[in-house]
Amino acid sequence: MKHIINCLVENQPGVLARIVGLISGRGYNIETLNVGPTADPTVSKMTIVVPGDAHVIEQVTHQLSKQVDVIEVVNMTNRRHLNRELILVRVAVGDHQHRAEVVDLASLFMARVVAVQEDSVTVQMVGNQETVDDFLRLLKHYAIVDISRSGVIAVGREAGENGGK
Amino acid sequence: MSKQAKAGQVADEQPMRTGAQCIIDGLVGAGCEVLFGYPGGAVLDIFNCLYEAPLHFVLTRHEQGAVHMADGYARATGKAGCCLVTSGPGATNTVTGLATAYMDGIPLVCITGQVPLHLIGNDAFQEADVIGITRPVTKHNFLVRTADELPEIIAKAFYIATTGKPGPVVIDVPKNIQKQMTARRAPDAVEMRAYHPDVEADPAAVARLAELINQSQRPLLYVGGGAVNGDASAALAALARRANIPVTTTLMAMGVFPEDDPLSVRMLGMHGSVAANYAVDHCDLLISVGARFDDRVTGKISAFAPRAVIEHIDIDRSSIGKSVRADVGVQGYAKPVLEALLPLVREARHDEWLEQVGRWKDRFPFTYTQRAGEIMPQFVIEKIYEVSKGQALVTTDVGQHQMWATQYFRYTKPRQFISSGGLGTMGFGLPATIGAQLGRPDALAVCVTGDGGVQMNFQELVVAVERQLPIVVVILNNGYLGMVRQWQELFYGHRYSGVMLGQTERRPNEHVAERPVYLPDFVKMAEAHGACACRVTRSEEVAPALEKAFGSGQTWVIECIVSPEANVFPMIPPGAHVAEMINRTV
Repeated sequence: MKHIINCLVENQPGVLARIVGLISGRGYNIETLNVGPTADPTVSKMTIVVPGDAHVIEQVTHQLSKQVDVIEVVNMTNRRHLNRELILVRVAVGDHQHRAEVVDLASLFMARVVAVQEDSVTVQMVGNQETVDDFLRLLKHYAIVDISRSGVIAVGREAGENGGK
Repeated sequence: MSKQAKAGQVADEQPMRTGAQCIIDGLVGAGCEVLFGYPGGAVLDIFNCLYEAPLHFVLTRHEQGAVHMADGYARATGKAGCCLVTSGPGATNTVTGLATAYMDGIPLVCITGQVPLHLIGNDAFQEADVIGITRPVTKHNFLVRTADELPEIIAKAFYIATTGKPGPVVIDVPKNIQKQMTARRAPDAVEMRAYHPDVEADPAAVARLAELINQSQRPLLYVGGGAVNGDASAALAALARRANIPVTTTLMAMGVFPEDDPLSVRMLGMHGSVAANYAVDHCDLLISVGARFDDRVTGKISAFAPRAVIEHIDIDRSSIGKSVRADVGVQGYAKPVLEALLPLVREARHDEWLEQVGRWKDRFPFTYTQRAGEIMPQFVIEKIYEVSKGQALVTTDVGQHQMWATQYFRYTKPRQFISSGGLGTMGFGLPATIGAQLGRPDALAVCVTGDGGVQMNFQELVVAVERQLPIVVVILNNGYLGMVRQWQELFYGHRYSGVMLGQTERRPNEHVAERPVYLPDFVKMAEAHGACACRVTRSEEVAPALEKAFGSGQTWVIECIVSPEANVFPMIPPGAHVAEMINRTV
């Protein structure tokens, strides 16, 4: 199972390398990783999606918490939270029929067509992990030429959770 | 462990200092008395300040030696070990030493020079990405970007190194920062938003532990390096005696509970005592104190302590439940947790259990068979124990001699046995002995080593001679890389591949038909380094040689030509269960 781990870290050079090295060095995978500033300029927030069973995720969480530059680690998957990912996907369309289908599918997912070429359309979609996965699964019937994913970001639904100080 | 790491002095007037001076002041302020290191272009400014510093600087002969010495010093004294090396190769040579300290949780502060800030990333002369290289083998590392932050970084480095689970910290200081001027001083107390090592144990969990101890019929204390780092010896003994619990220790905790105590079942694991491993197998409650269930301890994880409820006390939360399920975990330093347990634990007697354990101890002591005309390596360790009256501070390299040093010597005090446990670093022994002796001048420091390990850092012997350190290096020379040979004998059908270390009277080796009798000649080598030396080839010469060396006040190397194919037993093969233990006496 995939877990979304939010990590508040000191906004300092080398912290990202330390976190990534820690996870890869212990043989765990990172599916997506997103880093950005928070309201406090001295703190950055990392959202890491790690696949693994409960034991793996517990180890990752404890190992992250142990780092000297890590302020707080929260496994969002265990809590009420919102998660979103932005994707940009360019799909090859041979003819009008194809294009209409892709546009139709996009509209069902409330995705937007952001560019149209003669032989392709580019769709932008924002959604939670599940919706994004569903959309991409359905798009597999078409020829995906290129895809860029922002990685998941997540925010707690209750006050005081990982909101930075 | 002090919650406050002080560095420098806070004066009303704050004159400008160079970065280099900040480093020296920071070290002195943090209590550093001995600094091990090696100079080079990127640390010339620091060495210039060192010239008049109230610090004992020890010039090693290799940077790896410097880190191992600082490590030995730290293990012997409990204080942070300090070293100072230059950029590039100077820094990369410390990596093995840092990894050794990291695995065993030893506090070190290692200062590395770096090329000037503006040249970083330019492939400058003697440039290496030391922060990148050392990141996985340090508890933390710092690249200093301005002299203003240097005083605080040094204070933080000592604080991080010595608190929580201790570990090595690297401070990488670009050359231009060493020349930069600053008026800054370190804060009186270190405050770190993201690092809070001093965890108070949860009283409810402690109460639950106590309840389990009170209910247990067959409890066992399994004690590791955390009890040494946490200075928990007395608290441990009090608990063991009050609740009548036998004690086994890991390699990292030899002597934390006296091995001559009736409650001691000595070391557990692959080459541990039969009694300790049987006790783990049969206990109904395993109380782990500052140990981390290393694979050399557990063997087959699924069959480890199968009848037991497992309690795990550790300051490192990530260690609890990492490799073995912990039924109750308590995060906290060993000493306060044990002290909190004590009043909650009832005085108890476990006569039946202790009789059982006693029978295992009587029936399966460590034994070996004397082979005619040969010195048995185990015999040498017994003699070191006897001649030193059990008082020697023993350091080792890694391999067969290391295991014999645990089996045939009874350690009674914490920090009496110093060895690279987690990383298993050959070449650790000799420099660590020097560091330990410098930290504890009154100790009788004996380095038990092999003909393989001692050659990895032999050059450091001159440091002992220079400083007239009365260390005694006992080389158990069996002409083999013995532990590897043992595995090849047992698990690879006697195919000895790449393990012969050039001596005559060994298997023919066509490449060296006309070799010297002793290759290398350790006696000549030692003498060339200025040490006293002798070679011992008969059992009856062992004790007199030790007596002579121990009383001499000089640096000694005693080479013992020992039985070439002696094995370390008992042995639980890697990944196996205690029932698969091999226990021969030859």
